[in-house]
Amino acid sequence: MATSAKPRVATVWLGGCSGCHMSLLDLDERLIELADRMELVFSPIADVKEYPANVDVALVEGAVSSEEHEHMARLIRTRSRCVVSFGDCATTGNVTALRNRFSVNDLMKRSYVELAPGGPAMPSTVISPLADTARPLHEVIPVDAFLHGCPPTAEEIWFAVDALLQGRIPELPNVYLRYG
Amino acid sequence: MAVITFSINGEPVSGRQDESILEIARQHNIRIPTLCHLDGLSDVGACRLCLVEVEGTAKLFPACSTFPSENMVVRTDTDRLRRYRRTIVELLASEGNHQCAVCVVNNHCELQNLAYQVGLEHVRVQYLFPRKDLDASHRDYIIDRNRCVLCTRCVRVCHEVEGAHVWDIANRGINCEIIADMHQPWGTSDSCTSCGKCVLVCPVGALIEKGATVAEMEKHRAFLPYIMTARTKHEWIARAIEED
Repeated sequence: MATSAKPRVATVWLGGCSGCHMSLLDLDERLIELADRMELVFSPIADVKEYPANVDVALVEGAVSSEEHEHMARLIRTRSRCVVSFGDCATTGNVTALRNRFSVNDLMKRSYVELAPGGPAMPSTVISPLADTARPLHEVIPVDAFLHGCPPTAEEIWFAVDALLQGRIPELPNVYLRYG
Repeated sequence: MAVITFSINGEPVSGRQDESILEIARQHNIRIPTLCHLDGLSDVGACRLCLVEVEGTAKLFPACSTFPSENMVVRTDTDRLRRYRRTIVELLASEGNHQCAVCVVNNHCELQNLAYQVGLEHVRVQYLFPRKDLDASHRDYIIDRNRCVLCTRCVRVCHEVEGAHVWDIANRGINCEIIADMHQPWGTSDSCTSCGKCVLVCPVGALIEKGATVAEMEKHRAFLPYIMTARTKHEWIARAIEED
């Protein structure tokens, strides 16, 4: 990877619906400006397998809902200077946490056996085991900043990313503090 | 009625002896956050959001149910109070299951508005994700205890205004819950008149109309002061309802 002075940014998709990433893409033409100002080193929309070292800013979407998510969250923390909870699921658990009232066994049976059309079977090897509960990111690792909304608006993302790329933790004005 | 003069945040104010600190503060455009208080209902000081400091004592007092005395020095917006208010909202958020994104009152919710008021950018205590019940046995309404903040507005409006006293509180501490009649499904209640007042006064999405979907339900509460003014003063002032 070329050495550059540009901030190294990662975006991560844990237990969420990818709506926050969709909202990121809603930056529209501002994405072109972003491409000049940062280097995207890891993302669901970039073909990178391993979370790299020396990440400056990590935007993490989704609750921590499986063993893989927890492993990933810890890796992100050790390899990133600034970790941002990206949207309501990362910040509160939100929709991902709706399943917390059911046992994992009941959930898996319901999803993979009772509601499965044809060949119902519990997954064993491909999917990481679910954690007992889906939790907000900051209950698993320390988080430096929080973006709100389901999903956050493109304006809120822009405000935050702009500050982050200038090396500042964004102090979001109250107008962006909106759950749901 | 004797008039009391005292100060709120250094500003001299006056009010009647039977007016709470909250009422007098509002008359002087001093904003104190509230949740369990609702104009038209008695005050119970349940939510503790309106706590204020009074000079000369370390104790905090709920403004909604504390009455001023002459020369009292009241503060409503100190660092300590702001810290406590945020903590209260954090505890409310962590003790229920509040998923704004899929709630019928999303964007019309008093808990949500409080979270914005106190600057709740994240909850610092652990979320409990409790297992609570939803009762949809009533023909027209649902009670979803996952979203209940135990403000007891429903209990009070049903008892004080409708006179039916369907709702009450069972259990203690973290196990507190709102119950219908003798702790039975709401739909089997003999005392419920299906008037819907409890649904309208509920500050959150715990009491809702059937058929409403996400962010669809707006609650209008001006009917309550209208009824109570009519009842106590025999004045029928509909302006507030038309504006609501």
